[in-house]
Amino acid sequence: MTSLGKPGTVARPRTGGPRRRRARGVPLPLLVPGVVALAFLLLPLLALLVRAPWGSLPDQLTSAEVWQALQLSLVTATAATGVSLVLGVPLAWLLARTDFPGRRLVRALVTLPLVLPPVVGGVALLLALGRNGVVGQWLDAWFGITLPFTTAGVVIAEAFVAMPFLVISVEGTLRAADPRYEEAATTLGASRFTAFRRVTLPLIAPGVAAGAVLAWARALGEFGATITFAGNFPGRTQTMPLAVYLALQNDPEAAISLSLVLLAVSIAVLAGLRDRWMTGA
Amino acid sequence: MIRSVRRTRRMLRLAGAGAAALISLSACSSSSDDSSAGGSDTSGSGSPKLSGSVTVFAAASLKESFTTLGKEFEKQHPGTEVSFNFGGSDTLAASITSGAPADVFAAASPRTMAIVTDRKNTVGTPATFVRNQLEIATLPGNPGKVSSLKDLTKAGLKVVLCDKTVPCGAAAQKALDAGRLKLTPVSYEQDVKSALTKVELKEADAAVVYKTDVKAAGDKVQGVEFPESAKAINDYPIARLKNAGNAPAAKAFIALVRSAEGRRVLGEAGFLEP
Repeated sequence: MTSLGKPGTVARPRTGGPRRRRARGVPLPLLVPGVVALAFLLLPLLALLVRAPWGSLPDQLTSAEVWQALQLSLVTATAATGVSLVLGVPLAWLLARTDFPGRRLVRALVTLPLVLPPVVGGVALLLALGRNGVVGQWLDAWFGITLPFTTAGVVIAEAFVAMPFLVISVEGTLRAADPRYEEAATTLGASRFTAFRRVTLPLIAPGVAAGAVLAWARALGEFGATITFAGNFPGRTQTMPLAVYLALQNDPEAAISLSLVLLAVSIAVLAGLRDRWMTGA
Repeated sequence: MIRSVRRTRRMLRLAGAGAAALISLSACSSSSDDSSAGGSDTSGSGSPKLSGSVTVFAAASLKESFTTLGKEFEKQHPGTEVSFNFGGSDTLAASITSGAPADVFAAASPRTMAIVTDRKNTVGTPATFVRNQLEIATLPGNPGKVSSLKDLTKAGLKVVLCDKTVPCGAAAQKALDAGRLKLTPVSYEQDVKSALTKVELKEADAAVVYKTDVKAAGDKVQGVEFPESAKAINDYPIARLKNAGNAPAAKAFIALVRSAEGRRVLGEAGFLEP
């Protein structure tokens, strides 16, 4: 993928002959669409940078509301990733390593939040966990817990849309991993859970990390389900994407600046994680 | 069926950027119809008989009444076709100024109309054709016993308002200021329909919305009028657009909206006379 995406860097003879030969061997029918794809993905981001109101950017960065939204976004996206890890990895293991009737169907259902418009996901969450929802009314009556309009509600909305990314990524890694290591561990006396914990988990760690990063990124940018399920209140449920959307209504320049802040933070975090966790992934 | 269509539309609108893209796409497709229709109109016999299609960009709150008036228009002028693009006034104004071809623009606030007039995209001065007043929407039966705007500030009552960036939120703030009230809602919703939905789904106990929204929601919510709303009435301006492909039909449509028949239909939806 990198050799397609960055022909320039590949053509540079970094490690001598073999590299150069590989670069020359890139077939045009792959190179051209690949470069077009890269341009297609980067052009809108470049346009944001070109049209950004650089003059007012410092003001935006120092506004308390922006910090509040950014902080909330980072905290909730991280919490949603945590929830996805704790619940999603076991689900991925069940889907990859066990055989139960209707497994294919369950697998399809897990990916449903991926295709569901997030706003519909938010309404579905309201119908399930809202104050008047199928489960939510009992949460309210028995424990006095209401999730809509709370920060916990934001985490739930984000986890709902982000968890499938993690499950799919981890399940794929599990399927690619050789189950004989686990089998060897169990024949040597380890329980299946111990085998999972001591053998499987270290084996699939890169896949889990990649899934977690995907889920985190998705949670950070989540808009539809969040605003529908958790509403919009500064400091409590107003994450960056919500702030951006509302700014767009009457001050598009402010919206662009806010988007840039979000972009910069996510690029910094993702790049940082890539170096630390995902080398060799 | 109609209900579900409306809901899907609403969802699309909520989807923000995606919806904006959709709107401009649909605007583009109707534009090609439009220009061809305009062409045939000028090359026609030159009689006052109207033909072709007219594209109307209108605030979401006008959906029910304008759809009715559009059918009426097509009946009055056989051979014409009215196509609507309903959405948030800000979004519509933005797509008009960025070139989306429309014949008529009906906005929910003078501020959003100003976005279009400032760029000199209209013909003549926009005319106020209706006004909309705020009302409190409560759960059916009004279990929170809300009878005034002040009651909304009671502890334990979950109230949603529109965000200050959208017209209904700005109006609500004006009404609260007029009553010297301080209200902390559980959420500032991104448009009036999402505020209403929160009450319809019983997630919130009350919302400050327009009279027309309360009326459109039927028995899913109960309306409570409050005197402060008189201080925050929204004017709805309508204007013909400069690059209208079908100016005669656009003029005729605005005339219908402002006619006795138009006022009757809009009045039934809960709008006030200008």
